[in-house]
Amino acid sequence: MAQMNMIQALNSAMDIMLGRDHSVVVLGEDVGFFGGVFRVTDGLQRKYGEHRVLDTPIAEGGIVAAAIGMGVNGLRPVAEIQFADYIYPAYDQIVSELARLRYRSAGEFFAPVTIRTPCGGGIRGGQTHSQSPEGVFAHVSGLKVVMPSNPYDAKGLLISAIEDDDPVIFFEPKRIYNGPFDGDPNKPAVPWSTHPKGDVPEGHYTVPIGKCEVVRAGADVTVVTYGTMVHVCEAAARAAGIDAEIVDVRTMVPLDVETLVTSVRKTGRCVIVHEATRFGGYGGELSATIQEECFWHLQAPILRVCGWDTPYPHAFEWEYFPGQARVATALRAVMEAA
Amino acid sequence: MRPSRLHIPKHHSRPGEKPDFSYLELSPAGTVARPDINTRVRDMNGLAFELVRVIDEQHRAVGPWNPHLDPSDLQVALRHMVLTRAFDERMQRMQRAGKISFYMRSLGEEAVAVAQGMALRPTDMLFPSYRQQGLYVVRGRPVLDLMCQLLSNTRDMCKGRQLPVMYHWRDGNIFSISGNLTTQFPQAVGWAMAAAIKGTDDIAASWIGEGSSAEADFHHAMLFASVYRAPAILNIVNNQWAISTFQGFAGGEHRTFAARGPGFGMAGLRVDGNDFLAVYAVTQWAAERARQGFGPTLIEHVTYRGAAHSTSDDPARYRPKDDYENWPLGDPIERLKGHLIGLGEWSEERHAELAREMDQRVQASWKEATTYGTLTEPPRLDPRLMFEDVFKEMPEHLKKQAAELRAELAGK
Ligand SMILES: Cc1ncc(C[n+]2csc(CCOP(=O)(O)OP(=O)(O)O)c2C)c(N)n1
Ligand SMILES: [Mg+2]
Repeated sequence: MAQMNMIQALNSAMDIMLGRDHSVVVLGEDVGFFGGVFRVTDGLQRKYGEHRVLDTPIAEGGIVAAAIGMGVNGLRPVAEIQFADYIYPAYDQIVSELARLRYRSAGEFFAPVTIRTPCGGGIRGGQTHSQSPEGVFAHVSGLKVVMPSNPYDAKGLLISAIEDDDPVIFFEPKRIYNGPFDGDPNKPAVPWSTHPKGDVPEGHYTVPIGKCEVVRAGADVTVVTYGTMVHVCEAAARAAGIDAEIVDVRTMVPLDVETLVTSVRKTGRCVIVHEATRFGGYGGELSATIQEECFWHLQAPILRVCGWDTPYPHAFEWEYFPGQARVATALRAVMEAA
Repeated sequence: MRPSRLHIPKHHSRPGEKPDFSYLELSPAGTVARPDINTRVRDMNGLAFELVRVIDEQHRAVGPWNPHLDPSDLQVALRHMVLTRAFDERMQRMQRAGKISFYMRSLGEEAVAVAQGMALRPTDMLFPSYRQQGLYVVRGRPVLDLMCQLLSNTRDMCKGRQLPVMYHWRDGNIFSISGNLTTQFPQAVGWAMAAAIKGTDDIAASWIGEGSSAEADFHHAMLFASVYRAPAILNIVNNQWAISTFQGFAGGEHRTFAARGPGFGMAGLRVDGNDFLAVYAVTQWAAERARQGFGPTLIEHVTYRGAAHSTSDDPARYRPKDDYENWPLGDPIERLKGHLIGLGEWSEERHAELAREMDQRVQASWKEATTYGTLTEPPRLDPRLMFEDVFKEMPEHLKKQAAELRAELAGK
């Protein structure tokens, strides 16, 4: 075991896969010599060479298209999109091509591409460095969509993603790269060494794609969340004195319905929390699925706590961000209902 | 048979190595011919490979591209460049002091925005990237207003919604800056097409970095501009770096960026971006060409990003510390200053006085700007503003969310 922050854990996952599997290549803007603007690929080019860790032109559509072509030709590309906010020039390649290649060729062609991309706010990045577009990709048939909330999961899930023959969009909540964040920007930053999930095995291991995790058992209400918001919800429940069962979704697609349903049937209440905008967001899918499976066990309507339906505003970051207060309001509301 | 092998663009020098700019193809000042503005593209392909320069080693203005500007205009240009730099320097320091969240300097590239801003008409529409703050200075927007944007304060033109430096100015005909690279390039072409459809003689100009020319939107801009002969000037500011990647990774290793002009059937010009007179002259040429219906021009400005990419960047990790000092095209302010002194129209004393004056103006503006609030100190903008302008009229679901936020804030 070693102490790792999320950056080191992700770096370790790629390091291990580059070492084990000669078909693995890493590509993206500034990922090679520089090691990535968040340093996630630091040292990989030095170790594995310029032909396996490639700096690319600034062309997200080109990066994903080239990754697809490499994937078809037997490589296992790990592409970085520098910020999730800049993934849209690649949207056509992801949606029309990457997601459907296996289907339209009746299984003859596929591209085992992993697309890593930092997402989420809380870093004063304004609207083009803060978005959480997981719902936009979860809506596309043929893509696996993942978002870890801690270093241990980050490494295990990234190895699973690289080994997976299906395309995986791998979102990295950048606010928690260096430490868990409970939603209070005025508190001093906390490193991952203070958190049990900052203990990460140095070698190869996997965390399965398609499995939620109950990160806190509780009796009163199920909180379904992922990414940075896992930590915000833990703190909010603690502060509100509510015995919440907190489920970290980890994988948006495919969704582990069973873990969610088991929990909500037990608690009879559910609050869904994500940082992304609410309207048409992934929380709607979670809510509908849980309602279909748990209707007769519910003692209150399922509530969603999300970012507001606006672009991410620079000056109002903390009024926008669904912090502890907004989460606690929803927790109290479901507890008071019925 | 030899198997194929991937080519990786060569970096000329890395940290700890000697700066090496031998890859740069330079033409001596005054040697590049100036064709008539109605010349067919195929008859002037060479312009895309040479380097238009006017100010020579002895600070004289030489050759057919000399725009013969009045010394008083050159003094104005110097003022604009010195103010731009003073503004950049102080904003960089304010970011370091934690007063603003982010900043991007244009150190070493001031001549591009200032000369082009001056060569265009106020009614021409500008679609800049984040590194042409000089355009705002030329068009007369007080630095106070720019500072208020940087501070996201109560006088912020963006109403707190945008990252620092993402200005806009409708009345000054400067389009809203996007954080997403290259999107403005084809939009500028659309604006220019509209000018032609409407039958005005306004033109559009847009700027991207050389790194940004890799995006597909670059191709869209070039093709639409060329197909419709849109009255537009498309500028690639080749400052050699795109964050950590060298211009070779954007395709500059074997071919100039200007050469993409003729590739699309469009005029392509390569200019010394640190030579105010040369940038002014080529812009004037391209503007007249566009205005009179002879079509768009792609201009590559050869310059150097003297500063870090942004306040989030550390260039010591990827280029020699003394790279900029060894840049062969010098400093744009020093070069124009030298030229004016050579003309007998300027002196070191006057220059020092100007620098002091601009610095004081920046300081006074900053003092005033902070009285309208900062990111962390009152007065603050009303958070409800975040829900406005998503749509022209606020729909019900946003009204509801605005009310929820009000309750949330009241509960604190
Ligand atoms: C679509 C998109 N991809 C990536 C980025 C991140 N990014 C911001 S600036 C930059 C480098 C741009 O370099 P260049 O075009 O040469 O302009 P310069 O900064 O040198 O002026 C990158 C990669 C972005 N803003 N938008
Ligand atoms: Mg550049």
